[in-house]
Amino acid sequence: MTTTPVMQADNIVKELGAGAGLVVAVKGVSLELVPGELTLLMGPSGSGKTTLLSILGCIMKPTSGSIRIADTKIDGLSAEELAKVRRDHLGFIFQSYNLFPTLNAIENVRIALDVRGVKGFAATSRSEEVLREVGLGHRLTNYPRNLSGGEQQRVAVARAIASSPSIVLADEPTAALDSENGHAVMALLSRIAKEQHRSVLAVTHDPRTLGYADRVVRIEDGRIVGEERRPEGIDSPEITDLTKRRKLHA
Amino acid sequence: MVFTLALRNLLHDRVRLAVTLIGILFSIVLVAVQLGLYLGSSRMITANIARSNADLIVTTFGAKSFEDGGLLLGDRERHQALATPGVESVVPLVVAFAEWRKPEGGSSRVVLIGSDADDQGLLPWGLIQGSVEDIKAPDAIAVDSTYLSELGVNGIGDTAQAAGGRVKIRALTEGIRSFTQSPYAYTTLNRARQLLGADDDKSTFLLVKLAPGANITEVQKDLGHRLDSADVLTKDEFESRSLKQWLFRTGAGLALIGGAILGSLVGTVIVAQTLYSSTKDHIHEFATLRALGSSRGYIYKVILAQAGLSAIMGYVLGMAIALLILYLSRNSSLPLVMTPGLAFWLFALTLFMCAISALSAIVKVTKIDPATVFAR
Ligand SMILES: Nc1ncnc2c1ncn2[C@@H]1O[C@H](COP(=O)(O)OP(=O)(O)O)[C@@H](O)[C@H]1O
Ligand SMILES: [Mg+2]
Repeated sequence: MTTTPVMQADNIVKELGAGAGLVVAVKGVSLELVPGELTLLMGPSGSGKTTLLSILGCIMKPTSGSIRIADTKIDGLSAEELAKVRRDHLGFIFQSYNLFPTLNAIENVRIALDVRGVKGFAATSRSEEVLREVGLGHRLTNYPRNLSGGEQQRVAVARAIASSPSIVLADEPTAALDSENGHAVMALLSRIAKEQHRSVLAVTHDPRTLGYADRVVRIEDGRIVGEERRPEGIDSPEITDLTKRRKLHA
Repeated sequence: MVFTLALRNLLHDRVRLAVTLIGILFSIVLVAVQLGLYLGSSRMITANIARSNADLIVTTFGAKSFEDGGLLLGDRERHQALATPGVESVVPLVVAFAEWRKPEGGSSRVVLIGSDADDQGLLPWGLIQGSVEDIKAPDAIAVDSTYLSELGVNGIGDTAQAAGGRVKIRALTEGIRSFTQSPYAYTTLNRARQLLGADDDKSTFLLVKLAPGANITEVQKDLGHRLDSADVLTKDEFESRSLKQWLFRTGAGLALIGGAILGSLVGTVIVAQTLYSSTKDHIHEFATLRALGSSRGYIYKVILAQAGLSAIMGYVLGMAIALLILYLSRNSSLPLVMTPGLAFWLFALTLFMCAISALSAIVKVTKIDPATVFAR
């Protein structure tokens, strides 16, 4: 592929806690994300996945290392400047959806546009459009409490892509979902990467998600320990021999 | 979306909203009643001065209020005033406390006001029975209908004793209340002097009208020099002197203003408390907003909108109750007063109270760490 990275992370280190409780959660991670790819970040619990995702998402500042997003260095930016980077380039999906319980589906999407200054008819029609894209055209005015978990996560996906970010970051997006809904959400993320040419990074330790990946990055104890890529030209979800390939490498 | 989210947050917890609104409502009612009483008292205290047909008022030296002038000014002062350049007319006015003996026995006090209808100095207003002409009749007097029972009379035609003589009620007014609770009784200049046993040139005040084009400050200064045993005041100055005497020397005004301040403090504390706990409950949503890229200002706007919406709802409810109390007090001896100005300032105060209340919530969200969005 002829793509230039939308995100480059270089030698990221993150220390959490202090004193005796100091934990080095991320120990020198370098990672690039390119458009059109769904990357999975896999690793055991406590391996630093969420911490790394927070740093790549400009939500947490690294202790050291540097990050470029769309060719802009974001090191040393203030909290408000980082918020602007998130508005301009990033979409987020969370394990527990994090929808606003008092807003209905369309309003939950609209608010992500509202914080970006997109208001009125443009915001409403765009929100409808993305909700239809994720298959929720019939649930526009439902409140989160009247949506299934899978539907709620799809609202969250719609919210993440409403502003057309170049990068979508998801933390354990299927962990709270049953198998069917988990597959639906992964298929959606894969489609977002391919059809909308975005770069999607999903943190997961759910093996069911493997089939959707273009690339799998393995993390253990704060370090990247392996990376596999789906062979060119093969794009059926059934081709999941990525794990096998890894074993061969090992 | 800011208002939508703010409103939904408020409606989300009805009990807390009720507490917030009751807090604001109590504040508004308390402040409205206190300031309404203050305004009502002020109007009562200054009504006669405001109604006096004068540009400048000559009082005895150091007179503290409208009721406190004595009967010390005489022809000498009147002629000196008349001889002052820029003075067009000088009308004497008699005002003094007098004992009122009820026809059925017992006594109380009135403030006797003597002024001639032809002089147009200070005449009773709001007449509901009789006319200013009727007051010219021998022994005639006008009192306010509010105080009939206190004066031990039933209405027109009844007689009583005021100071040294007999008086007969010939006219009734409505709405002339007295802050001292001694009703005003209007009669002619000479009848007032007779009743009070004063010489027939004596008066409490001299109401000075200026000639067209005369400069009020210069005439005031000039009169002041000529009348060395008197004070020469504008109406405004005399009104504030009277207010100072009755509202501040007596402490009544301070109690009213203190009550108003206390009311707004209590309201602020209640609203601050509920807004803070609401923000705490919704902190995860605010963190999500922040993670989605909202600026800090956007979140402040949501909190301020919550405060503002509470303020508007609380104000409307509070004003409705304040106006009801106002309506119920209309015939009491101390009616509340509400003016568009006071209503406006109450609204400004409510908004200010709620904005101050929002501070603790704003401090809380300022400390939000958006990284907490992943920790659930
Ligand atoms: N706020 C914190 N303070 C101290 N240690 C933390 C904090 N947050 C996470 N950690 C630790 O950092 C490590 C990585 O955590 P995390 O990134 O959440 O892992 P994962 O998402 O892969 O489960 C874990 O050992 C965790 O206990
Ligand atoms: Mg995690």
